[in-house]
Amino acid sequence: MVKRRSVGQLYALIALPLLILLLFCYVPMLGVLISFQDYSIFKGFFHSRWVGLAVFEEIFRNKSFWNALRNTLSLNALNLVLGFPAPIALALLLNEVRSRPFKRLLQSTLYLPHFLSWAIIGSMALQLLGDHTGIVNALIERAGGTIIPFLSNKWAWLFTYQGVWIWQSAGWGTILYLAAMTGINPELFEAAEVDGAGRWRKMWSITLPGIAPTMIILLVLQIGRAVNIGFEQPYMLGNDLVQNFSEVISTYVYQVGIKSARFNVGTAVGLFQSVVGLVLLLGANAISKRSGGEGIW
Amino acid sequence: MVIGSRVRGKAEAVLIALALSLVAAACLVPVAYELSLSLSSNTAVLSRRVGLIPVEPTLNSYREILKDGSVMRALGFSAWLTTVFTAVAMALTTALAYPLTRPELKGRGLIMTLIVVTMYFSGGILPLYILVKSLGLMNTMWALILPLAISPFNVIIMRTSIAGIPESLTESALMDGASYFTILRRIILPLSLPIIATLSLFYAVGRWNTFQDALFYITKTTMYTLQLKLSYIVMNNTQPEIFMSEGAESRLSVVPAALTAATVMVATLPILCVYPWLQRYFIKGVMVGSIKE
Repeated sequence: MVKRRSVGQLYALIALPLLILLLFCYVPMLGVLISFQDYSIFKGFFHSRWVGLAVFEEIFRNKSFWNALRNTLSLNALNLVLGFPAPIALALLLNEVRSRPFKRLLQSTLYLPHFLSWAIIGSMALQLLGDHTGIVNALIERAGGTIIPFLSNKWAWLFTYQGVWIWQSAGWGTILYLAAMTGINPELFEAAEVDGAGRWRKMWSITLPGIAPTMIILLVLQIGRAVNIGFEQPYMLGNDLVQNFSEVISTYVYQVGIKSARFNVGTAVGLFQSVVGLVLLLGANAISKRSGGEGIW
Repeated sequence: MVIGSRVRGKAEAVLIALALSLVAAACLVPVAYELSLSLSSNTAVLSRRVGLIPVEPTLNSYREILKDGSVMRALGFSAWLTTVFTAVAMALTTALAYPLTRPELKGRGLIMTLIVVTMYFSGGILPLYILVKSLGLMNTMWALILPLAISPFNVIIMRTSIAGIPESLTESALMDGASYFTILRRIILPLSLPIIATLSLFYAVGRWNTFQDALFYITKTTMYTLQLKLSYIVMNNTQPEIFMSEGAESRLSVVPAALTAATVMVATLPILCVYPWLQRYFIKGVMVGSIKE
């Protein structure tokens, strides 16, 4: 056995990253406790009074909290209907492209929006879709039509939001489906061809069932995220005119917690979101497993 | 019959290719439009005559940005931040990943659990905000570096990659009396260059594109990242003062729309430059991430 005198070096290496991990990931986890406190940053965690569930009672009485929750749930529900099928449809079509260089070119182009920041995409949305600044409405007006309030009418905004999401994510979302498709046994297709099945028939009866496990896993994950919407997209696309629909939990936490400096309220909203999210994820996973599908664990 | 169905198959293939080409074009149009706006003249942009081809082409918007200074400063800060962030993040990620491949390290299982848990749970926006504030990191670069510097996902990829290096290399080096530092420097790192490149790219692109944390932690205008600057420009689109409010004396001679477009292009260009590598590496990342443990 080799004498390993320098084993201490391994601990030395790991010490700093571990410290940072504990500090920036685990201390905030303990920090959620301030949602049960009458927290003020001057008194700090150790000198603030414990108030039980008072903060949560305040939140649940607050109309703007329910508004943000409703918006988060409805944007996600709409995303399930419009956004979820988009990469599947795109992947099914891409899978039909026989020419490899052409397919690569298409994929390279479709993946590009995924790498643009929401600040960039938000700017583009404004310059393309604004009422009196956007080129799309300029073209509509020039053709004699009435402008579409993509970003200024809250109902239209719901669909603009989904459209922008699809633009950014659908191409990238095809990757997992395309990978699942390459895993389908080619003999199935050959047998189907012998039986005279056409392109759409094969797509429907072989390819779709072949990617069903992937679809189910992604569906479970998406349901688990029903109360979560990232901060940057709604922040960039939202504005005062549509605020009634565009305020989601993450932007609400920012408004209440950081802008108005109500730290314990913002933290409590975040905690509520995490707990509900976890319950939804576990629930969706259990249902998927019980109905014979694959779970994510 | 057979010929008929073959013709139909061909027609379908053409239709599919056409539909996909349209979708792909839709991905490019907004970028092309921004480019065109940024290269067009004031009057053309104002009268909304600009399409995908610049009208009365000029570099005025870019000149204006150069003169204004605030965008260039944000660009410079973003570049510097991304570089420092990527270096720090890679150093920490490697320092965490390598010992986790050594059976001599006690408590590996516990540490791995600690890392994996952070993939699913977090304290949320505010506890982290309070922590950053309490540590006195507001308006410092570290607020934009430390909280994001250890991505559990990247640590796991790095660990898996290092674990794939033949144990015999380490064994014989240990036999020769080499220390772990030496082994890491002389054997592990040189053999891990591809994965280091990949993960550096992950970190760099993430840092470049994110502005949420800068919005939360940075109030000093000299420390605006480019994306944050852009988000403020968009938010205050009706107020052109945003460009002049930071002490730049330049008189605005270009409409905000063209300036915004030029800023967008400046923010997009670095991504476009690394795009060929991005694609390849990130696809691998998606695949690794999707494998169930």
